[in-house]
Amino acid sequence: MDDALAIHRLHFAFTVTFHYLFPQLTMGLALLLVIFKTLALRTEDEHYNRATRFWARIFGINFALGVVTGIPLEFQFGTNWAEFSRAAGGVIGQTLAMEGVFSFFLESSFLGLFLFGEKRLGPRWHWFAGFMVFLGSWISGYLIVATDAWMQHPVGYTLGPRGEILLADFWALLLNPWALWQYAHNMTGAVITACFVVAAVGAFYLLSGRYEPYGQTFLRVAVTVGAVATILQLFPTGDAQGQMVARHQPVTLAAMEGLFETQRGAPLVILGQPDVAKRRLDNPLVVPRVLSFLSYRRWAAEVQGLDHFPEQDWPDKIPLLYYSYHVMVGLGTMFIAVMLTAAVLLWRRKLYAFRPMLWVLMLCLPLPYIANTAGWITAEVGRQPWLIHRLLRTQSGVSPLVSAGNAWFTLIGFMGLYMVLGILFLFLVYREIELGPEPLTAAHAAMDAHD
Amino acid sequence: METVWYCLIAAMIAVYVLLDGFDLGAGIVHLVVAKSDAERRQVLRTIGSVWDGNEVWLLAAGGTLYFAFPALYASGFSGFYLPLMIVLWLLVFRGISIEFRNHVESPVWAPLWDAVFCFSSLLLAVFYGAALGNVVRGVPLDARGYFFEALWTDFRLGPETGILDWYTILVGLAAFFALAQHGALWLLVKTAGAVEERARRVARVVWWGVAALTVLVTWFTFRVQPQVPANLSGHRWGYVFPLLALAGLLAVRWFLERQSAAQNTAQTVAKNEGKAFLASCAYLLGMLASVVFGLYPYVLPARGNPAYALTVHNAKASDYGLRIGLVWWTIGMALVTAYFVFLYRHFAGKVVAGTDREGY
Ligand code: HDD
Ligand code: HEM
Ligand code: HEM
Repeated sequence: MDDALAIHRLHFAFTVTFHYLFPQLTMGLALLLVIFKTLALRTEDEHYNRATRFWARIFGINFALGVVTGIPLEFQFGTNWAEFSRAAGGVIGQTLAMEGVFSFFLESSFLGLFLFGEKRLGPRWHWFAGFMVFLGSWISGYLIVATDAWMQHPVGYTLGPRGEILLADFWALLLNPWALWQYAHNMTGAVITACFVVAAVGAFYLLSGRYEPYGQTFLRVAVTVGAVATILQLFPTGDAQGQMVARHQPVTLAAMEGLFETQRGAPLVILGQPDVAKRRLDNPLVVPRVLSFLSYRRWAAEVQGLDHFPEQDWPDKIPLLYYSYHVMVGLGTMFIAVMLTAAVLLWRRKLYAFRPMLWVLMLCLPLPYIANTAGWITAEVGRQPWLIHRLLRTQSGVSPLVSAGNAWFTLIGFMGLYMVLGILFLFLVYREIELGPEPLTAAHAAMDAHD
Repeated sequence: METVWYCLIAAMIAVYVLLDGFDLGAGIVHLVVAKSDAERRQVLRTIGSVWDGNEVWLLAAGGTLYFAFPALYASGFSGFYLPLMIVLWLLVFRGISIEFRNHVESPVWAPLWDAVFCFSSLLLAVFYGAALGNVVRGVPLDARGYFFEALWTDFRLGPETGILDWYTILVGLAAFFALAQHGALWLLVKTAGAVEERARRVARVVWWGVAALTVLVTWFTFRVQPQVPANLSGHRWGYVFPLLALAGLLAVRWFLERQSAAQNTAQTVAKNEGKAFLASCAYLLGMLASVVFGLYPYVLPARGNPAYALTVHNAKASDYGLRIGLVWWTIGMALVTAYFVFLYRHFAGKVVAGTDREGY
């Protein structure tokens, strides 16, 4: 049984992590597409329409992967987490079903129109189709985050006679305070990914001396939006998330920060390796009192360490939790530095010719993906050992009759399949970048002249 | 309240079968009706901008099932673990084969994805049918309401059934033929030229398979699941559903024959094509509605101890949740109907084969 539980956890972690590589770009890029399209409408310059079409093609490939990897997740609640579904399906099923009804339909219907209906729709309706795609993906993001937020911080429920969890207040579920901040933080994270991707392609074009007008446009838009988004990521959204964790999941906070002992004026750890067996941090590099301030806004506040809680309530993978949290925060700090420097250079009109900065922007491409993944690992591993915080332990949520062997079989199947998908994705996106935004080939010319 | 949701979810699944059914069907007949690259592209263009929206009906129906009948979702999905995972893999392959085929021009790339598209569609149809067969036949539920089925055991309806036994394979084949027909009729409506001609021939041949399997499956279903005849004899109005299926089946033939009765004007041909497709919709609806009617109040009958069966009453969520769900569901469905009308209007009309390279 224990064995099966570990595989089921890995199964979900693997498939959801892979899935989220795509929606983060979908959601962020949807915003940038609306911006490009708005520029096209306002300037009536074909340049921006080409830029829109170029990113729309990449969006299409990315979206297809988001769709095919998303479908397995919804199924897995039933297949791998049957006891969880039976206990809580009546509550979180609400937000999941609403996601299908209110956003997936919207997105999938209007994406077809956005990608293939430009001529027939005319500029204004085409803008509208793009906006609806944006709206659909952002509603989708909210509803799935609200689902997850309920697992982190369950609200609006009562317990039935047989211990099943019954929905008691729909609006409490939908407006869960945890969901609001988590959503804000997660969406700025998605925008950051898109900004770094668009900026990296822009930098690549400028560095390789091709499609330079496009490279400049990409950089200008991406750096402007990115500078704002990276700051919002730290404050207020990341900070607010941290305070939520401090208030509602103090044991998670202690594990994230590697704080083994309860302290007044607790320090913030910059570096150090947690040694759980010895209950201490090796090679610590700390800033005194900052953790107390960040969590409770008082320099001398007492922060509860892991010693304050029974060991059975500790997250079971403390080092993973600790590192993913520190990777996220470290990268987040770095993103602010990179984007602000680029923004200053842009403002002084030096960015397009300043090659070292272009190199940096190009090479930053994978980092926001790492930061977003690390963030989710922090949230999900930090929730352990609970599947629904303080209501249902992870070990009690698993499907009782699905054996470890069968779970291994499908996990390996997904790994193989997703490897193929990953390779195809990189191949096709690289090809689009090589082909560029100009209608060079017959294929692109026809696409531009569609209908 | 739970009966209302039983019907609504059944309706969502039916819409899924009607809509995704035609693009699955188009996939099944793809390699047969379309030979050249231009023709294959033509087939894909008829479904290119709608298949994803169609597939969302599966997700939305799944999500709705999840919140309305959580115990059923838990039990059914974990019990059908292996076939569902295989269905997921097939859905992944099918999705990317449609989306990726036209990104690269090469003599190797496109035929590969055409084959993937065809085989994944074909296997999906069979698996969907087999899944339905399993639900009708019932599964070995235990006292906690769980079961786990292997893919196959000895192919008999013994105490330890597998997903595949002779009965479910039969239903799978019926689904395969029914969707092949549905897809061929869709292509008849949506294409012109050589593809249209081949689709017509395919539809006429496949019809016999549909007819034969309909009779067989109906005959055996009455024996395998006694609830079905019991419901029918208890509520005679329920016969309208099988009658609808029968009428649909006969009407498909009628309109196909009318159409080939040569020298028709182009307009009547187009009309008959549309009617044949609608008749196929009626057939599918009638078959599904008969099952839904025949099983009620069961949502998952038990083999062995019937007391362990899941019904709409013991699998439902809280009444409050079901009531509030009805509010947003109604609003949502009104919106969805609007999108679909807009979408299908926008892409209405026949797609001709061409060498131009629009999207798909
Ligand atoms: C580009 C991505 C990115 C970046 C740079 C950051 N985050 Fe983040 N963070 C996320 C992306 C993310 C996320 C993927 O969006 C998470 C995962 C779960 C969630 O709701 O958001 C998240 C979760 C998350 C949590 C909640 C963990 C839990 O629920 O247990 C906290 C406290 C922070 N973040 C705090 C920060 C701080 C102080 C940052 C400093 C700059 C920061 N994040 C940068
Ligand atoms: C896309 C970003 C997400 C990532 C990267 C992610 C990552 C993870 C990881 C790493 C685990 C395993 C934790 C462990 O076993 O220690 C996990 C578990 C899980 N997550 Fe998430 N998650 C994400 C979003 C979500 C959302 C939005 C939901 C709910 C709607 C969700 C529901 C679950 C469930 C049900 C489990 C299994 C039970 C468990 O192990 O706790 N996840 N996820
Ligand atoms: C942070 C977590 C997640 C976010 C923000 C998110 C967001 C999105 C978005 C924006 C899409 C649209 C298409 C695309 O991605 O390219 C999508 C697709 C999808 N997601 Fe996720 N997702 C997350 C995790 C999950 C989880 C845990 C599930 C399982 C319930 C899930 C189920 C789906 C499904 C079924 C689709 C396909 C929809 C379609 O056919 O259009 N997602 N997701």
